[in-house]
Amino acid sequence: MRSRDIPYSVAGIVLFVGAWSLLAASGRINPIILPGPGDVLRTFADLTQHRFAGYTIQVHLASSLLRFLYGFVLAAVIGVPLGLAMGWFRWLDYVVSPLFEAVRFVAPIAWVPFAALWFGTGIGGPVLIIFAGAFPPCLINAYRGARYVDRNLIEAAQTLGATDIRIIFQVLLPASAPSIVAGLRVSAGLGWQSLIGAELIVVSAGIGYLMVQGQSNLNTAAVMSGMIAIGITGIAIDVALRTLERFVARGRT
Amino acid sequence: MLIVVALWFAVTQVWHLISPGRFPSPLDVYKAAVQIGTPPGYAGTTLVHHVVISLELVFFGFLVAVASGVPLGLGMGLDRRFEAFVNPVFLAIRPIPPLAWIPLAVVWFGLGIQAKIFVVWFAAFVPALINTYTGVRTVDRTLIDAARVHGASRYRVIRDVVIPAALPHIFTGLRLSLQASWTTLIAAELVGAVAGIGHVLIVASLDIYPGMILYGMAWVALLGAAMTIVLGRLERAAMPWLR
Repeated sequence: MRSRDIPYSVAGIVLFVGAWSLLAASGRINPIILPGPGDVLRTFADLTQHRFAGYTIQVHLASSLLRFLYGFVLAAVIGVPLGLAMGWFRWLDYVVSPLFEAVRFVAPIAWVPFAALWFGTGIGGPVLIIFAGAFPPCLINAYRGARYVDRNLIEAAQTLGATDIRIIFQVLLPASAPSIVAGLRVSAGLGWQSLIGAELIVVSAGIGYLMVQGQSNLNTAAVMSGMIAIGITGIAIDVALRTLERFVARGRT
Repeated sequence: MLIVVALWFAVTQVWHLISPGRFPSPLDVYKAAVQIGTPPGYAGTTLVHHVVISLELVFFGFLVAVASGVPLGLGMGLDRRFEAFVNPVFLAIRPIPPLAWIPLAVVWFGLGIQAKIFVVWFAAFVPALINTYTGVRTVDRTLIDAARVHGASRYRVIRDVVIPAALPHIFTGLRLSLQASWTTLIAAELVGAVAGIGHVLIVASLDIYPGMILYGMAWVALLGAAMTIVLGRLERAAMPWLR
């Protein structure tokens, strides 16, 4: 952005916050429905001190993150090796692909009923839904990474007498690493989104649960605080994986 | 594929390895299909009606999102000052996943269709805007300058150069938008609705009716895939020069 555009940016923010405050302060809209920006910030600060829906907002966020990590790590640990193997062994590709294509179009959220049926309100349900959201990009990108490795590299290694195992670990894996990490980033984003969906429906703690409680108590400021917390955490996760992406890209050269 | 179906049948129906309360057999799914397919249907009405309601909401939300997101993206791509004006607010709102708007939408609009159209709109709006913007920004400057040199007006440059050149990106955005709208709508219907595919799923879940759950999920996947295919056709029809 050029520096002489900054006044326009400031104007945009001022207009947005101003319109919001004015609308909230005008009294034409019930403050329960639309709290002002100040109210939301105050509520947010309050939520870090006092319990709402059982816990403070930090504890809710921590339990959400833990679920997210379970689902995400599970998706990566299963998806990446499976994708690589599918890229390497053609027969596995033919066996798994049709099944995967059929399941892929099921929106992660549509797993909610089975999650509830199989796991009740335990931790398994949300983890399943996060897994459903995060798994496809892991698998697809690992597969693409393995498929588009330069054939010459593999053949060179074979000519030099490398075993399959050595080729997989020393040629295939490093060559497809950028694609895998890009897939992890997409899948973290989708997993985080799916988590929120899962928590809106089948959970008794977590940031999504806080928002549902806020909704049913008509505490709109709490709902908005939850949205802010989700947004910031989402950015943090993305920044972390982007750092990893740069790290991998640098290691390649 | 055949092996999987045979295995499914064997595991659930022949060997009874998985209890029918956990995962349905093919026969259970067939029964569910018949039940919801014939009046009085399931969860209030028949399958056709549920599907029509869900599709109506998705298309309506999606169209509103396209009608607002694409022009805004064009504006941001064409005019730096406008971009500077809108961008900070957009950047602040963007990281909030569409699903996180559901509770707010329910407070604002209740459980009716407005709340669903609002969240579907939001889900589709973000990718539509970002990709249109990217598309406009990546248009070859030489093309625009060449049109200018030949005396084209600003309006003609936009209509005949910028928009066609940005179309591939715009369609990528629309595809992402459509997928996001569909997922979001199903979530919104799970939270609260009187009809629609998501509503079928949640009622089946409360009734512990695995056959119906699986059948509903199959329809979610089928409709999602069908929408993507239709949009792909539309994309090819809109850009004949790429064939």
